[in-house]
Amino acid sequence: MSQPIAFLPPRADVLSQRERIIADLGRLLPDGGLVHEARELVPFETDAYVAYRQLPLAVALPRTTQEVSAVLDYCNRNGVPVVPRGAGTSLCGGAIPQPDAVVLGLSRMSAILEVDLENRVARVQAGVTNLSISETVGPEGFFYAPDPSSQLACTIGGNIGMNSGGAHCLKYGVTTNNLLGVTMVLMDGTIITLGGSHLDSAGYDLLGLVCGSEGQLGVVTEATVRILAKAEGARPVLFGFATSHEAGACVADVIGAGIIPVAIEFMDKQAIEICEAFAKAGYPLHVGALLIIEVEGSEAEMEAMLAAIVAIARRHGVMTVRESQSATEAALIWKGRKSAFGATGRIADYICMDGTVPLGKLSHVLQRTEEICTGLGLRVANVFHAGDGNMHPLILFDANDPAEAAKAEAAGNEILKVCVEAGGCLTGEHGVGIEKRDLMRFQFSQADLDQQMAVRYAFDAGWLLNPSKVFPLEGRPAA
Amino acid sequence: MQTSFTPAQLSDPHVAESEKILRRCVHCGFCTATCPTYVTLGNELDSPRGRIYLIKDMLENDRPADREVVTHIDRCLSCLACTTTCPSGVDYMHLIDHARVHIEQTYRRPLADRLIRSLLAAVLPYPARFRAALALARVARPLAPLLRRAAPLAPLAAMLDLAPRHAAKRPERAVPPDSALTRGRVILLEGCAQPTLDPGINAATVRLLTRFGVAIATPKGEGCCGALVHHMGREQQALAFARRNIDVWMREIDAGGIDAILITASGCGTTIKDYGHMLRLDPLYAEKAAKISALAQDITEYLATLHLEALPKRDLVVAYHSACSLQHGQKITALPKLLLKTAGFTVRDPAEGHLCCGSAGTYNILQPDISATLRRRKVKNIEATKPDVIAAGNIGCLTQIASATAIPIVHTVELLDWAYGGPKPLKLNS
Repeated sequence: MSQPIAFLPPRADVLSQRERIIADLGRLLPDGGLVHEARELVPFETDAYVAYRQLPLAVALPRTTQEVSAVLDYCNRNGVPVVPRGAGTSLCGGAIPQPDAVVLGLSRMSAILEVDLENRVARVQAGVTNLSISETVGPEGFFYAPDPSSQLACTIGGNIGMNSGGAHCLKYGVTTNNLLGVTMVLMDGTIITLGGSHLDSAGYDLLGLVCGSEGQLGVVTEATVRILAKAEGARPVLFGFATSHEAGACVADVIGAGIIPVAIEFMDKQAIEICEAFAKAGYPLHVGALLIIEVEGSEAEMEAMLAAIVAIARRHGVMTVRESQSATEAALIWKGRKSAFGATGRIADYICMDGTVPLGKLSHVLQRTEEICTGLGLRVANVFHAGDGNMHPLILFDANDPAEAAKAEAAGNEILKVCVEAGGCLTGEHGVGIEKRDLMRFQFSQADLDQQMAVRYAFDAGWLLNPSKVFPLEGRPAA
Repeated sequence: MQTSFTPAQLSDPHVAESEKILRRCVHCGFCTATCPTYVTLGNELDSPRGRIYLIKDMLENDRPADREVVTHIDRCLSCLACTTTCPSGVDYMHLIDHARVHIEQTYRRPLADRLIRSLLAAVLPYPARFRAALALARVARPLAPLLRRAAPLAPLAAMLDLAPRHAAKRPERAVPPDSALTRGRVILLEGCAQPTLDPGINAATVRLLTRFGVAIATPKGEGCCGALVHHMGREQQALAFARRNIDVWMREIDAGGIDAILITASGCGTTIKDYGHMLRLDPLYAEKAAKISALAQDITEYLATLHLEALPKRDLVVAYHSACSLQHGQKITALPKLLLKTAGFTVRDPAEGHLCCGSAGTYNILQPDISATLRRRKVKNIEATKPDVIAAGNIGCLTQIASATAIPIVHTVELLDWAYGGPKPLKLNS
């Protein structure tokens, strides 16, 4: 059984100075911007990866980039680690704090600063939720494309930290493909801007470096994102198959035929039952696996693409094909899919994996996932972005049973190794965080990791930003 | 989510229930996004997930409530937007109810807070006292700015601001003889605060129901439903109200022929529909309470069963404000709008309809700042739809929104009564 994931040992000098640090930070954040009472710190001890919990030293809730800068400058000078946090929806523990760290929460910076429809960009504060951008520009016929399932709650700052994806990223790309510029505060308090409001900027593409850096290079406080015009029409269609194998093979053939729908989502029987119980979206309950394939465009375009997909699905013995008949029905189909993880809470606790594999290996990895879980006496539900091979096995367990919790974690590690062995990777969109940190060696050589860490070192020589995450604790350069 | 309770702790049925609720939460954070206080304050501690965590920590450690926990629990509106959002089905309502009772039993509030809460609990549920208090408020209104300057007294200022400027007129209630009313027979909750603030609502309900052949029983001795004190954690007082109503209604029901208990204030409706749960541990009342809850219906639910005829379109735009107790508490969302549309009104949905208006029982008195922020946001969204009139199904919302807009606001049932042959609501005449 695997060992629990270790955090860095807390810095004794920081812990012993707790009172002074709190008093100093309190002065930098008037207006109730510092949470430090013991009771009030407890709700910040974890994010959506509840398997691990650590109390922070304090929680800073700044309102401006200047306040973020003042906090980081102070922490840098006093050697205090900082853990950035958006809405705390990370599934890999990206925002889990540690006893010597200040959580830097961006939740009070949630303004949409500027919408420029003519140039199709929006400038927002980092604490804005992903969905609220689309809600703001929606009435004008635009949207922000990356749509993590937690888009209702998760923030743009967190999306940038994890380079988040989502169902519709098959066609529109992930966060990095839709991010144009950021205002970022470095660990020493310096405020920099990267990129701008256009697709490419002069000089190094540091924006690409920052996107997905898991809060280790700096704290993004503002972002300029692309907004896109909505398609003329969009229609999710349900394809039911007898087995996961057939559904997986169908996905590979659709993509192999050069067809790129907006989204191809996969649910196995367990996931269909869970989602239907919550959303009552009309998912077929008699099938073994379901694909939600969304096509968009003009009526003729949708018809043509759908016909091509149906032809392929028939070759794989599709049992049911059902088009959504109304906007309400379409919304329910997506609501069910996007609530899948939370809805799983109705039947069990879970940990959610995030491996990505080549499409030809989907069936194999699904089968291995099932074998690994049942071998350990665990149930598993699969619901994921099949179009880009981004798998999310949900390993079900009882969090009040420590032995079963350990088994679930072990199963997760095994599954991710299978993904890497199949030519895939550890994380498609959730990030490494604390969860996959010690598995990084299965993916990268020491030389690969050294180079990544050298970049990290260039931004934060004191290794203060989100320090326990991403890189295995052994083999790090001396700070 | 993992919990750690001892078997001894779990032998308390209230703790056992809360433990079950906590186990459902997977800490996904979806609830934060639709929580009015999180949206306003931007602090996890003022979100459902944060409160769930605070409650969990307090109960697991058998701790009396303390100032920090009370601060954040008090800020909860009990709007239950989180339960609409929650994919895991966390029963937040009963968890926060339990926490409020725990606070009331284990925490001593500062003096001013204690006095104001006692005053509210002693006045609002009793129509005669409430009428007298409103009369007093009309005289004392000039004191509001003074009270607002002393923070602990701000709730008193909020009370004065909310009190209607003129005493409500009691309309005539001509009820035809029962013999003409054969379509059904219902109990109509008279209520406490609503008839004092706006007697026109139940009068319109009576006219509308009798016009369609429904007889209305008026059992003597009924009182406040208990919601106001229930949300203050005063459980014994709330249960006493509930038992009293159950006794009164059961007599009527046992006499025969009651199809439903109708409620025109959805805040009350949510509580009466929960009587079965509130009294589940009372061997004398559990069964009766469950029966009452099963009979309880919002007025719009019952009207929908009458299949009222579609009327020609009329030139009036209605902004429908969905009271939290209706949309989140009772999951009634489309029905009131459908009734209004069928009656010929043009109905518009204001943006951010899921967000509370800040009324929330006594919340606008006890948390005047957050309440006022939410009211501004709500009124802005409503006014953006450019309505001729606003309709809602809960007296708290009607009073709250009326205090911040010039657009007339009426109960949904007043518009329906008007459309189906009743008088035009008085507020539309001015």
